[in-house]
Amino acid sequence: MTEGQPRGRRKVQTVSVRAIVLTGFGINCDNETQSALKRAGAAAERIHLNDIIDDVSRLDAYHIFAVPGGFSFGDDIASGKILANRLRYKLGDALRKWIDDGKLMIAICNGFQVLVKMGILPLFDGEFARVTTLTHNDSGRFENRWVHLKTDPATRCVWLKGVEGLPLPVRHGEGKFVPQDDAVLRRLQADGQVVLRYVKPDGSPAAGVFPWNPNGAIDDIAGVCDPEGRILGLMPHPEAFVDRTNHPTWTRSALPDEGAGLQLFRNAVEYARTNLV
Amino acid sequence: MPHRIEVGMKTGLHDPAGDATRQRLAEDLGIRVDDVHVLDVYTINARLDDEELERVRAELFTDPIIHDSTANASLATGYDYVIEVGFRPGVTDNVGKSAAEGVADTLGRSLAPGEAVYKSTLYAIKGDVSAQDCERIARDALANELIERWVVKSRDDMKALDGKSLLDLPLVTQQSRPEVHRVDLEIPDDQLVQLSRDKMFALELHEMKAIQAYYRDPAVRAARTRAGLSAEPTDIELEILAQTWSEHCKHKIFNALIEYTDETGETRVIDSLFKTYVKAATDDVAQRVDWLVSVFHDNAGLIRFDDDHHFALKCETHNSPSALDPYGGAITGIVGVNRDILGAGMGCRCILNTDVFCFASPWFDGEVPPRLFHPRRVLRGVHRGVKDGGNQSGIPNVNGAIVFHERFLGKPLVFCGTGGIIPCTVTGKPSHEKGARPGDLIVMCGGRIGKDGIHGATFSSEELHEGSPATAVQIGDPITQKKMADFLLEARDLGLYTCITDNGAGGLSSSVGEMARTPGGADIHLEKAPLKYAGLAPWEIFLSEAQERMTVSVPPDKLEAFLALSRRRAVESTVLGEFNPSGKLQCFYNGELIGSLDMAFLHDGVPKMTLQAVWQAPARAPEVVVRDSDVVADLKAVLAMPNVCSKESFVRMYDHEVLAQSVLKQFQGPLHDGPGDAGVIRPVPGSDRGIAISCGICPKYSELDTYWMMACAADEAVRNLIAAGAELGLIAGLDNFCWPDPVQSEKTPDGAYKLAQLVRCCEALYDACTAYDIPLISGKDSMKNDYKIGEHKISIPPTVLFTAAAIIRDVTRVVSMDVKKPGDAVYVLGETRNELGGSEYLAMKGQRGGQVPTVDFERARKLYGALSSAIRSGLVASCHDCSDGGLGAALAESAFGGSLGLHVDLAGLGLDSNTAALFSESQSRFVATVEPAQTAAFESLFTGLPVRRIGEVRADGMFRVTGRDGLDASVPVDELRTAWKSPMQW
Repeated sequence: MTEGQPRGRRKVQTVSVRAIVLTGFGINCDNETQSALKRAGAAAERIHLNDIIDDVSRLDAYHIFAVPGGFSFGDDIASGKILANRLRYKLGDALRKWIDDGKLMIAICNGFQVLVKMGILPLFDGEFARVTTLTHNDSGRFENRWVHLKTDPATRCVWLKGVEGLPLPVRHGEGKFVPQDDAVLRRLQADGQVVLRYVKPDGSPAAGVFPWNPNGAIDDIAGVCDPEGRILGLMPHPEAFVDRTNHPTWTRSALPDEGAGLQLFRNAVEYARTNLV
Repeated sequence: MPHRIEVGMKTGLHDPAGDATRQRLAEDLGIRVDDVHVLDVYTINARLDDEELERVRAELFTDPIIHDSTANASLATGYDYVIEVGFRPGVTDNVGKSAAEGVADTLGRSLAPGEAVYKSTLYAIKGDVSAQDCERIARDALANELIERWVVKSRDDMKALDGKSLLDLPLVTQQSRPEVHRVDLEIPDDQLVQLSRDKMFALELHEMKAIQAYYRDPAVRAARTRAGLSAEPTDIELEILAQTWSEHCKHKIFNALIEYTDETGETRVIDSLFKTYVKAATDDVAQRVDWLVSVFHDNAGLIRFDDDHHFALKCETHNSPSALDPYGGAITGIVGVNRDILGAGMGCRCILNTDVFCFASPWFDGEVPPRLFHPRRVLRGVHRGVKDGGNQSGIPNVNGAIVFHERFLGKPLVFCGTGGIIPCTVTGKPSHEKGARPGDLIVMCGGRIGKDGIHGATFSSEELHEGSPATAVQIGDPITQKKMADFLLEARDLGLYTCITDNGAGGLSSSVGEMARTPGGADIHLEKAPLKYAGLAPWEIFLSEAQERMTVSVPPDKLEAFLALSRRRAVESTVLGEFNPSGKLQCFYNGELIGSLDMAFLHDGVPKMTLQAVWQAPARAPEVVVRDSDVVADLKAVLAMPNVCSKESFVRMYDHEVLAQSVLKQFQGPLHDGPGDAGVIRPVPGSDRGIAISCGICPKYSELDTYWMMACAADEAVRNLIAAGAELGLIAGLDNFCWPDPVQSEKTPDGAYKLAQLVRCCEALYDACTAYDIPLISGKDSMKNDYKIGEHKISIPPTVLFTAAAIIRDVTRVVSMDVKKPGDAVYVLGETRNELGGSEYLAMKGQRGGQVPTVDFERARKLYGALSSAIRSGLVASCHDCSDGGLGAALAESAFGGSLGLHVDLAGLGLDSNTAALFSESQSRFVATVEPAQTAAFESLFTGLPVRRIGEVRADGMFRVTGRDGLDASVPVDELRTAWKSPMQW
């Protein structure tokens, strides 16, 4: 057996939804992302980038693509940049096809940085283009802290169905979301692509105030999706809140056994089962 | 001509790096400037045409949303001076290496041999500063001259340069031909000593003479002649012996014969501190616990975690390198101990890190002695190194401490610990058993070899002195290591190797030398080793401690599969030789035998030392008279002491939740700012079994009595675990000794006393471990923590870090430290005595003396048992360990941790002074809160034990303390929180 596999608590309901979790070159949240997808009912595999590059046709067998968090290439030059560059040159066409096939993607933290820097998000008019970025936190430092998030109630994002808001940890040094200009920001807002925002504990806007907005992100933006709502990129880590014991105050509050982050993965598996399998 | 690309934030955008630099110059150097703009500079030493250069500038190096950039033109404007800082030749340049991969991807072709990208940083400074100021800024804040170079240019200078590179390319241009030298050992004793010193062997005369005798042995001579070797040793042979026999690798002091004279004048002989105390304690406890798997002989200790997994734990120090280069020393410390875990058993996956640092005060205002850095700079660099090493490797930091004491100015202590997990069986075989077999190939994986880290093992076996070598310093490369670790765990599960160990101190010499013990010998061909640059002598190749390398033994029939997988994972693996049963470690270079040592002599030939230890009981500590004064002011001042105050701003910068297994984090309570006692994780998804980790370290008690220093450190680690819900019988320990040189000599006239301090300390370690049923599963000692240049000598206080790990049977039962609800009863568990010696209170008042806290292990054991039962039964709402700052600090932390008020009465504790009641640091105590409905059940578990209900949790947000002589003081809990949180806002 391999260590870290769930031990028979929840039977996988079906193996028909298949998820690919990217690994290699400093990605480091692949184990827990795989684990979350498995708990949500997907058959999830961690696959090294080089194995995909060597045979892109293997992507055809999968429905969900996860680009997990980590420090790909040490965040050298800029976070996610070198991996974004490699994906663009080596897997650009394959990912184009993936998106055109209507399949699902989630890009978390470093993964979000990668998708933004290769221009997959926000995918205006279906085109890969760099019109937003994620850069150094205003604090100038990497920080690990829990934040409160609110979902755009009108969102059509597959991943966030029924998720009004949730607490999650952020763990990044370059998470400040910055659009190219006001026009890009307005378009993201108008088209419902800003799906997750940092808020205060009472649900009111963080309005850029630290620590509720942990990085100074413009418009408190924590996550965005493509216009169709199938590709979600976010800085906070939903895969790190799958058990109530992950929550920082679980010892003083009554929380459901299952962490709120797992719902995102459940939504994706459900959508894939209905629409993609 | 190399191309130069400069990248900076667009004008008008916030430049966090620039702001941070400006702030640091003001804080650390007192130099105030108007503005600092930080530019990243990439020097591409490759043939690029204009279109290619433009493509990499625009697509790879520039983020169009936020960056401005230039190619071969200067970007900075509106400054007075620029300082450019880059690496010296041969120093690991991680960014440059990654950038080269990015350039290759962008161009769609690999770079040619010799082509590379180099990273440097340009600081454009605006303000009223001189060129001399800028030199100082560069030397004391921006660069470390051991590993980096810089240039300072004025605006006019820059105009003249017109975008050309400021720094020369950091090329290693050494052209010396690699040679092997013979060394004549037929020289007088004083010259043997000098030779050892000159060559950094760090060997004593009797050891040099043992080597001399080996080469005089007729049988050895005959064998050498037959093999075509000179009668004299070759340089590589002496280097191998010096490394293998170093204090660092052989623990000669812990294995010495010690003639110990105690305070009564009675003398007895201790044959090895390690065997007599450390191993003996574990052997004793092993009769009562059934979960030990592998202790002492592997890279890390292994214990059974559950039916399917073992847990591995190891802690290392990296003190000397961190003194010379805080960042590089610390990052290699953490990624180095990660490799110990990767090299434990058949290879464990790292799942947690711990870090404990000891520094002089960051507010030190005396003169910093030559070659040392100001403690503030050491702290910054060490913290950044551990942060980058852990975060980039994807290993969560779960527990740690920062400890301050004036004598850590001489050497900082940097303890890095790592835990790992491995299935009990791998490819059908027990995963804790391994061994190279004759015929298996020696394969080195990971990074390449350079001159970095040569003589690390011997260097750390000496005091820090004028001639301490710069080459002992390295910079870790977490990503190269992460790739290698991912690859090796895959190879492990495919059964592609038979043994694995890391290349740490001593490099290949150590890893191959150790692995060769099972098959009985090895032949290694050093010209095959992949080098960072040409020009290394064969002995340098063998001894280099260049990072990110593991050595594995691969059976010939698995070699092809192993190398193929390695290529697919972009990891360099090279066959260097073969294991065999020859009884010899033989080194070849271009086919020629250049060194041959008998395995038996290499590993067992080091003569045992005989050392003297004389204990003098410390003079009866002067009585301290404490007069009760302003309790609130005292409490705030104690909470603000460096050893007590919040370290949150450092800890937040560590990723402590990657792997999504965290259960109890470093900071707890509704505002996530109460200091937790132990880190708890749940490493196997879907299982409720967990691991708790804590530490204890009390150098402040060393000058009073090292026995109690050790007893308190062990007790602190244990009670931190118990407070969270662990139980005795499921706790394992690690001992990390850091001592000043305890060998009596001219330069250490008090060596016999320091050694006696070590003996006392080991006695306490044995007593604590056997009383609490804690097997020591791994440990390490670092015995030369002194600084000596000229007449200036600083020895650290004798220090032991006791790391403890507990198996938690059900993580859903653990308890956090924050008080939970108004109305809950507040208890003090354990006896409070007047033990202010070494306390934070006396330190705050500038007083010394007083009674050192002592530990009654038997009574504590009973208390811990009762508390564990209470927590397991769900009777405890919160529980917090009582340590630095005493009851006052523990109560205050519990209150603001829970953001609630607390009213307590000290009268019942039975002390004749409120000050002693609040600030005495008596051991084995806790503050616990209990719901009113549970108090009867709770109290019934503690019959006959020192447990006292002293107050209750209140909704009023006030900390109110009453006591004898009419004491009745109140302060808002928020004020205490502020006093505790504000000193180290970093």
